Amino acid sequence: MDSFAILSILTAIPLIGGFVLMAWRSATAEEARGTAITLSAIPLFLAILLWKNFDPGTGDLQFVERHLWIPTLGIEYFVGVDGLSILMVLLCAIVVPMSIWASGLVRENGSLHFGLVLLLQGGLFGTFTALSFFHWFIFWELSLLPAFFLIKFWGGPDRSRSATQFFIYTMVGSIGLLVAFMAMAMATGSFDFKVLAELGRSGELTAKLGETVSVWGLSGGEVTLMVFLGVFLGFAVKVPLFPFHTWLPSAYSEATSPTTMLLTGLMSKMGVYGFLRILLPIFPAQMAVLSTGLLWLAVLTIVASAFAAFAQRDLKRMFAYSSINHLGYCLLGIFAVGAGGGSGAAWGVEQAAALNGVLLQMFNHGLTAAALFCFVRFLEDRSGGLRGLGDFGGLRRIAPVFCGLMGISVFASLGLPGLNGFAGEFLIFKGVFSLAGWAAMLSTAGLLVTAVFLLTLLQRVFHGPLNERWTLLPDLSFRERLIVLPATVLMFLLGVYPQLAVGLVNQTVVEMVRQIQP
Amino acid sequence: MNWFVKNLWLIPAIPLLAAGLIALVKQRERTFAVAVSIGGMAISFLFSMVVFLQTVWPDGLFRETYSFDWVQMGEATLRLGWVLDPLSACMVLMVTFVGGLIFIYSAGYMAADKNFTRFFCFLSLFAAAMLGLVISNSLLLLFVCWELVGVSSYLLIGFWYEKPSAAAAAKKAFITTRIGDIGFFIGLLWLYRETGTLLCYDGGNGCLEATALSKLVSIGTIGGMALSTAIGLLIFCGAMGKSGQFPLHVWLPDAMEGPTPVSALIHAATMVAAGVFLIARVYPLVAATPAVLHAGSDSPAAMVASAHHADAGSHEGSAEATVARTAVHGDESHGPGKVSPALRVVTWVGALTALFAALIAVGQNDIKRILAYSTVSQLGYMFMGIGVGGIGVGMFHLITHAFFKALLFLGAGSVIHGCHHEQDIRRMGGIGKFMPVTFAAYAVGMMALSGVPLLFSGFWSKDEILNAAWMWPVSKGPFLLGVLGAFLTAFYMTRQMCYVFFGAYRGGEAHADDVGHSADAEHSHGNGSPSESPAVMTWPLLILAFFAVVLGAFGTPVWPSFEGYLEGHGASFQFGKLFQPGTLGLMGFSTLVVFAGIAVSWWFYGLEPPTDPDATDAVEQRLPRAFVLLRDKFYVDELYAASVIRFNAATAWFFDLLDRQFLDGVVRGVSFVVTGFGWLTRLADEFVINLGFDQGCRGIRWSGARTSRVQGGRVQVYLRVLGVALVVIVLLFTWGGLG
Repeated sequence: MDSFAILSILTAIPLIGGFVLMAWRSATAEEARGTAITLSAIPLFLAILLWKNFDPGTGDLQFVERHLWIPTLGIEYFVGVDGLSILMVLLCAIVVPMSIWASGLVRENGSLHFGLVLLLQGGLFGTFTALSFFHWFIFWELSLLPAFFLIKFWGGPDRSRSATQFFIYTMVGSIGLLVAFMAMAMATGSFDFKVLAELGRSGELTAKLGETVSVWGLSGGEVTLMVFLGVFLGFAVKVPLFPFHTWLPSAYSEATSPTTMLLTGLMSKMGVYGFLRILLPIFPAQMAVLSTGLLWLAVLTIVASAFAAFAQRDLKRMFAYSSINHLGYCLLGIFAVGAGGGSGAAWGVEQAAALNGVLLQMFNHGLTAAALFCFVRFLEDRSGGLRGLGDFGGLRRIAPVFCGLMGISVFASLGLPGLNGFAGEFLIFKGVFSLAGWAAMLSTAGLLVTAVFLLTLLQRVFHGPLNERWTLLPDLSFRERLIVLPATVLMFLLGVYPQLAVGLVNQTVVEMVRQIQP
Repeated sequence: MNWFVKNLWLIPAIPLLAAGLIALVKQRERTFAVAVSIGGMAISFLFSMVVFLQTVWPDGLFRETYSFDWVQMGEATLRLGWVLDPLSACMVLMVTFVGGLIFIYSAGYMAADKNFTRFFCFLSLFAAAMLGLVISNSLLLLFVCWELVGVSSYLLIGFWYEKPSAAAAAKKAFITTRIGDIGFFIGLLWLYRETGTLLCYDGGNGCLEATALSKLVSIGTIGGMALSTAIGLLIFCGAMGKSGQFPLHVWLPDAMEGPTPVSALIHAATMVAAGVFLIARVYPLVAATPAVLHAGSDSPAAMVASAHHADAGSHEGSAEATVARTAVHGDESHGPGKVSPALRVVTWVGALTALFAALIAVGQNDIKRILAYSTVSQLGYMFMGIGVGGIGVGMFHLITHAFFKALLFLGAGSVIHGCHHEQDIRRMGGIGKFMPVTFAAYAVGMMALSGVPLLFSGFWSKDEILNAAWMWPVSKGPFLLGVLGAFLTAFYMTRQMCYVFFGAYRGGEAHADDVGHSADAEHSHGNGSPSESPAVMTWPLLILAFFAVVLGAFGTPVWPSFEGYLEGHGASFQFGKLFQPGTLGLMGFSTLVVFAGIAVSWWFYGLEPPTDPDATDAVEQRLPRAFVLLRDKFYVDELYAASVIRFNAATAWFFDLLDRQFLDGVVRGVSFVVTGFGWLTRLADEFVINLGFDQGCRGIRWSGARTSRVQGGRVQVYLRVLGVALVVIVLLFTWGGLG
């Protein structure tokens, strides 16, 4: 495998494919979709190949490709995967075809639409495999642009404002990232995540930043804190963390549901990925100093978004808030691990439990949230775009398969044991309860409220007497069942046997914990 | 290792497989569904029988476990597993037997329902979850099955989902129990943190074994409470939710919206007993105090006995048990302060609920709701039994109750079926004549529930509880509450019997509500007098009635074989115990109480059976205000609607508002400032700097035209610009680097 640049090829195929598809302006809607599905099948195949050849027995980087790119600046093209990356690559390879298939035929500029989706996938693969800031950042921004256009051109009535808000918000975060990394590059001469992490742990980063960027008489510690906040802002907006989340509900609800599948299933993971890949390894001291505040923000994210979801009357807005809630658990786990405050093997086990939970939750949420928005899409297809909580009622009688399959996703989302959501949440709570008990206890409120609003949803949409308006509403077609089938199977599989995913990441997590611990 | 221990998972796995198979077939495959479902249950029952026999055999196994790795956590591994001990063996046997009978009954009861296949899928799922719950050796696996039981219950209560009340009841059940489950969940996490394991028994390393417990009792928490007590109480929260104890009892009566076999299976016989079972399972933790553990440290056998302390109360047991009783209950010299506070809470909650629910049952007119409240009340007795007498006492009532309550519910189902879906007891009457088999079976159930002496199992199990409560110095209060509850139980059951089976038939015609959904679900014979149910429904009744009588024999003071069995040592006949001070006297007293209850009720309702369905109730005539309070269930639901539910809605509204108005407002404010600044600079550019520079103006016009073309919304242009910019950046870097 060493000679075969699988990661570069993985990223290149959707990128090139995306540009080619966009250039093929004369393609019919069918042709565009067919090409997109075919093109997204290749990365899926490659991702599975990667998975089969991945060695879970080590936490080191694998499939590394490293070439000097811009020698004088020390900029390298440096890609590789560990457990964390490969899980995200797999998720990405699964959700994108699902989204493309769920889109149906896009009559208006189909080739452009699907080209953008592929471009987005290329950007995501690049982000999840890059190990040097320079091209990592290019991919990071590259994935933002297609998302912006997908919302702006194909979204709902308020799409333009939502897209702009989404773009500017994320852009502000990106500027924070860029400035922070420029400062670090100036101080250390490196863009390499691994190198920076080593410098960050040893305290050299602080010293060098103090020497190089000593503006306004700031000390090295203060500069490092500012740099940390810059990076933090970039990721906090992307996940998002309360109170940087206000772009999300309107962006998620204005985008078409297949686009939202990409936004919630994949792009939100970029932020969590950033926390894990960059923030936690490079800035352990800063994380520890700010941990109480960060944990409060995570708790607030979990509780506030669960309650806000309960107040929504639009299915997409409800799932949007629910998405914030679920990623809040990831952040809770990360911040608790970052809080430090202990050492030794037992403490390491708690940290590893929380991080395994976070990684599992990332994958699970990507799957479940994508499936939920997929079901919203199916509902919109039937109702002519209506998706209010009060617009339906009693659909179970005429669409039992729809109800049953969506019910499985809903219960997976509310963390029913036996389905995928529970295992991740349990591991997070198990770890966090030992690392920061109070935060875990407060966060359990989120578990309860989530159950309340999700069951209210089932009650209002599927139960009760059938709303006369929808007597002719068809049940799921064969194609639709096929779209959600892989996700549903994975929900059961990961619920019963979470080791399937955890086994892949465990050594990586052990390695991360080893690095964090003093 | 014993093959049966290693493969104990098959007991829940077979019904689970059945559920999976049924879920995949079409709705019309009714025979297949029934066959697979009942067949699966039968195989599980046979398997359970074999493992039960192994534990009951003299010198058979007492406790064996099997564990496996579930998921890695860094260097550690989270293990799950199952256990075969008398507690799990008697539960699997009870669940598969009672469950199997209810499955058979359902085949008749639900015959006309259009979602018949789905029903059996959910039933099998429920049975699988419940069986998994009772064999779990890991509290985490127990929690997993616990939640699956919850979701099956949700599906079954909401089975007639088109009825808004059923849909609401299903949601209410799930959420109310989840409130308790959050406590359970925190308790689990805490236990895990302190003991490093969630396996109950693990060769000395389990969280319910001496090493872990002595650590837990030595750690103090808020208010000087031992950690073991705090965790015990948190786990008890879960049990309160599932077993419908006050104040989390509100979901159980509403759960009667489900089909009657569901009420029998899960809201009487098995699922609600899960809470009691849970406390029995974690009993060593709940009962742990330094004194108990000290007593236990003398000998391993005493540890087991002290953990179970079932011989407390009237029955003198072995020397170890005497030590244990002294330790758990505290003799006079130690005083009640040595008793685990968690155990006292369990006792008091149980006793209060027993009385509270019995009071409400007096004021109800729906045949199933009366039984529902009686279930709540009896679950209270079970908790009280565990609290005052140990798991032997509590579990014995659980098992006997499972049989006679299943009998009563199935009997009620038969009555409802016969009366064309009438559930109001005021519109029944004289049904004994039309349905003799049901009447006979129901009467046995009623007498068992009321605790009519000697012949009926309920008498023995309830007597055990009252006896233990009386003997324990610290539970005089719960004893009194229990006695009052026993009086009321006899009273309301007699009232129900009189309304339903005696007097003249007051129904006559189908109820107006019948036109609704459930009518087409269950077959309706049209108008006319009630008729006996088919054999597929009456046979299970007779079998259950048989057991409602004979089971009592296993728990008499003379031959407390059930308690001995749970403790792992055999029991022998000891006639001497009968004549110990207090035992016979208390038996006589509780007999008197029961007969008093029956007599008063007969005087109210039996002597002159009501003839008009709209007549005022006999209790209401005498105590109108109290009756209304009871009928309206002490307004607990209304209280929750005004407090918890309103608070929840207000908080949701607040956070939504915070987002929409405040935070979004900040964002809009910032964008306004930025835009304003942009305009300012533009004005400055156009009118200050460029003023007078014609050439420059022309330039701006030109560039403006170019820019507006860029802003034409064409993606290709945007992307082209992006690509060019990217190339330029890269070139600049490279060039800068080369130079």
